[in-house]
Amino acid sequence: MSDNNGLSRRGFLATSAAALAGLTLAPGIRLVEIAAAKPDAEGVTSKVRWGMLIDTTRCQSGCTDCVSACGKENGLGEVTRPRTDAQWIRKIDLKDLKTGHALSLPMMCQHCANPPCVDVCPTGASFKRADGIVLVDRHTCIGCRYCMMACPYKARSFVHEPHTDQNPEVPRGQGCVEGCTLCVHRVDRGGTPACVEACASAGHNAMMFGDLNNPESEISKRISAVKTTQVRADLKLDLGVRYEGI
Amino acid sequence: MVARMIVGAASAAHGRLKPALRLLAAVALAGLASFAAAEPGRTPKPLIAIEKPGQCVEPTDVMRRDHMKLLQHQRDKTMREGIRSKPHSLNECIACHASRKTGSVIGAEGFCQSCHDYAAVKLDCWDCHQPKPGQKAATGVRP
Repeated sequence: MSDNNGLSRRGFLATSAAALAGLTLAPGIRLVEIAAAKPDAEGVTSKVRWGMLIDTTRCQSGCTDCVSACGKENGLGEVTRPRTDAQWIRKIDLKDLKTGHALSLPMMCQHCANPPCVDVCPTGASFKRADGIVLVDRHTCIGCRYCMMACPYKARSFVHEPHTDQNPEVPRGQGCVEGCTLCVHRVDRGGTPACVEACASAGHNAMMFGDLNNPESEISKRISAVKTTQVRADLKLDLGVRYEGI
Repeated sequence: MVARMIVGAASAAHGRLKPALRLLAAVALAGLASFAAAEPGRTPKPLIAIEKPGQCVEPTDVMRRDHMKLLQHQRDKTMREGIRSKPHSLNECIACHASRKTGSVIGAEGFCQSCHDYAAVKLDCWDCHQPKPGQKAATGVRP
């Protein structure tokens, strides 16, 4: 993927897509929707479904760059007391005892299409956005922790102590349940989750983020090309996060 | 008769009483002056320090009465629909109204807290939200 001719392939494609999208069939109807960052004043739609693909063959055992990037981005800090500290993403090492085959993978909120945490929430605080991101509305969360019990992936944490060092974009505080937001504040502005960025900058490229509904997206192409797995697919939750190589 | 006697006595004593009266008047005036100075302390007023004078996102009377409605409306829009437009976002309020001294909208002289203390309305925004501006999250570029 050399970029020595001044215009990268991706840049060229983006330019031509934008030019093509400019073709208007009728007022308000475009041939191709521009797949760019949505304007700030526009709401999310179900045309997009954000998802992630994790390639466990590339994920390095012992590397916790995704975990520390998540902690930094969302103001979680170091996990010194794993039983009570908030963990939005965890590294898990698995080993097949019979064959000795070991693999490492990050586990976080799987952003289910049918999320059990939403089903059990008594106040409606746990909800799924139109674009498939599962969130907790802390304004209505009463901290009952039903969602923590309902989640098959142990993806939610309860905040036990008061906090004062939040990232302005990521409000969080005592008495609420929280979990991976897929870095929704970055995604809404056209960015990618912090963990994905950290994995790429570490050179592992084990995490891929994108729109599962768009057949032209990198993640959709990859998913159609290789076998990927949903963890606990038997629960039929239709996960947004998929794993390759498990 | 009695009145005439009193007037007579008063006029007779006039020469002696004059310095005393003057002193009394001075004390009374000083007392009045100190009472006037103590007026703001007696009925506390909120400290509304506008650090960056200019036009707020809505007229002042609307903001005074309805800022909580605007904030709550925007909160649900942002939370549920991902609408992150600026005018009524809490972070934009903080960016403009944070004190230059403390860098925050809370604390005794904070824009939010001084008024809320005065009105005895509990503020729980800051249990979760960051009352200091800055520290913007870096945004990556999506492939």
